[in-house]
Amino acid sequence: MSPDTIKPQFREFLGKVIRNHDLKDDDDIFAQGFVNSLFAMQLVMFTENTFALAVEDEDLTLDNFRTINAMTALVLRKKA
Amino acid sequence: MKLELTAQQSADQQAFREFSDTSIAPFADEWDRDERFPREVIERMARQGYLGAVVPQASGGSGSDMISFGLLHEEIGRGCSSARSLLTVHSMATFALHRWGSQQLKRRYLAELIDGSLLGAFGLSEPNVGSDARSIETTAHMEGDHYRLNGCKKWVTFGQLADLFLVFAQHEGKSIALLLERTTPGLTVVPISGMLGTRAAMLAELHLENCAVPVANRIGGPGFGLAAIATSALDIGRYSVACGSVGLAQACLEASVRYSSERHQFGVPLKEHQLIRQLISQMLTNIKAARLLCMQAGYLKDSGHPNTVMETWIAKYFASTTAMKAALDAVQIHGANGCSAAYPVQRYMRDAKIAEIIEGSTQLQEVTIADYAYEQQLAHHQPAGANHD
Ligand SMILES: Cc1cc2nc3c(=O)[nH]c(=O)nc-3n(C[C@H](O)[C@H](O)[C@H](O)COP(=O)(O)OP(=O)(O)OC[C@H]3O[C@@H](n4cnc5c(N)ncnc54)[C@H](O)[C@@H]3O)c2cc1C
Repeated sequence: MSPDTIKPQFREFLGKVIRNHDLKDDDDIFAQGFVNSLFAMQLVMFTENTFALAVEDEDLTLDNFRTINAMTALVLRKKA
Repeated sequence: MKLELTAQQSADQQAFREFSDTSIAPFADEWDRDERFPREVIERMARQGYLGAVVPQASGGSGSDMISFGLLHEEIGRGCSSARSLLTVHSMATFALHRWGSQQLKRRYLAELIDGSLLGAFGLSEPNVGSDARSIETTAHMEGDHYRLNGCKKWVTFGQLADLFLVFAQHEGKSIALLLERTTPGLTVVPISGMLGTRAAMLAELHLENCAVPVANRIGGPGFGLAAIATSALDIGRYSVACGSVGLAQACLEASVRYSSERHQFGVPLKEHQLIRQLISQMLTNIKAARLLCMQAGYLKDSGHPNTVMETWIAKYFASTTAMKAALDAVQIHGANGCSAAYPVQRYMRDAKIAEIIEGSTQLQEVTIADYAYEQQLAHHQPAGANHD
């Protein structure tokens, strides 16, 4: 698993709710108001389901899910 | 595709039904009147494993799966919405700890929540904050290895009895979720009485004055208290209320079928009048549709699919509005008797209104579910007129 295979999957999932915007890998999806809290939970579930990992207590911070880069780093860390 | 309960789920459903018919439904009017829920019944539900049903047996809980969990909440909800609401809030707190809590925190509380020796509750709403949960005003200031909590939580279901509260607060502009013990100095629990519905749910207000809560009692990281912890607990709560509403509507149907078969007017049973038959047909059809929506949401929970979040909103919206309509019609079918304490349908009507307000009000559902329609639709089609390169 590499950033190149992980990022497109996040980009596609985020693209369902963030439209008409070319999302950059370091765009803060929460600060820029792209998504609401309902979506945050779906994002966590998507991450677990797609990459077969468990997001646990210490992983559950906003910083791990702010940007595509951060989400990708989380997945790589969990799969290491 | 197979739309059928497994043997285990059918057996569970049968057991839930019997329990509700013998230990819950016959006493629900009395509990409603007295605005009290007997501890002894909570203990009995605990012995049945109902308080730990949100955690699967494979993870140390007492539940089979989310379909069975839904069936439990439907059957208990058919008997008494206050009893269902106990399972709702206890399951929300238990789920949050099981799903997101640290190992240390789980060791401390989880087994006792599962076996019911600790009763959990959920404190998000405040005097100034309801639907707009992001605006909570309760604050948490860090002091060494503790937070100091100040503020007020309102409408806490079973707050009068609960031992452990999952509460939400603001810490340096970020939301956090904390487990607060009832015995914490500075916490005052003030009972709320005279509610319209779920009158036996023993609501309370929590006054928090400098309550010291260990930082270790935080669930999840800072900033995700609302986004992930509250949202996922509310997802469980919403599923519980959806399934409970199906049970409530089913109770309305059963009462209406019985009454309209026995009561005669104009020389025939009420059920022979076409307008009564119309109400019964609508009730049955809506209940069946609502139940399927709940099962769909439960199925997606068991498979960990992110769509369960929105499917649960839809199930709750349809089931709670169905319960409200069914209850209004049930009272209508019962005439003056339906307005009296001699029949439970007036309780159903009051309880159904609550289901339309809690866990995302009907209006919130109506403004939110549309997002999902646009998301689903546009995910499959290019926007009209779009011309990329
Ligand atoms: C019996 C009962 C038990 C409860 N138990 C708990 C509990 O255990 N824990 C807990 O934290 N809370 C609990 N609550 C509180 C519950 O979560 C809130 O009632 C709910 O979130 C709605 O908030 P509110 O009542 O403050 O209404 P408000 O948010 O003030 O809304 C009032 C009305 O305005 C409508 N409205 C609000 N925003 C919009 C909008 N954007 N567009 C259109 N209409 C809108 C609402 O639909 C509603 O009809 C309980 C409530 C009841 C009645």
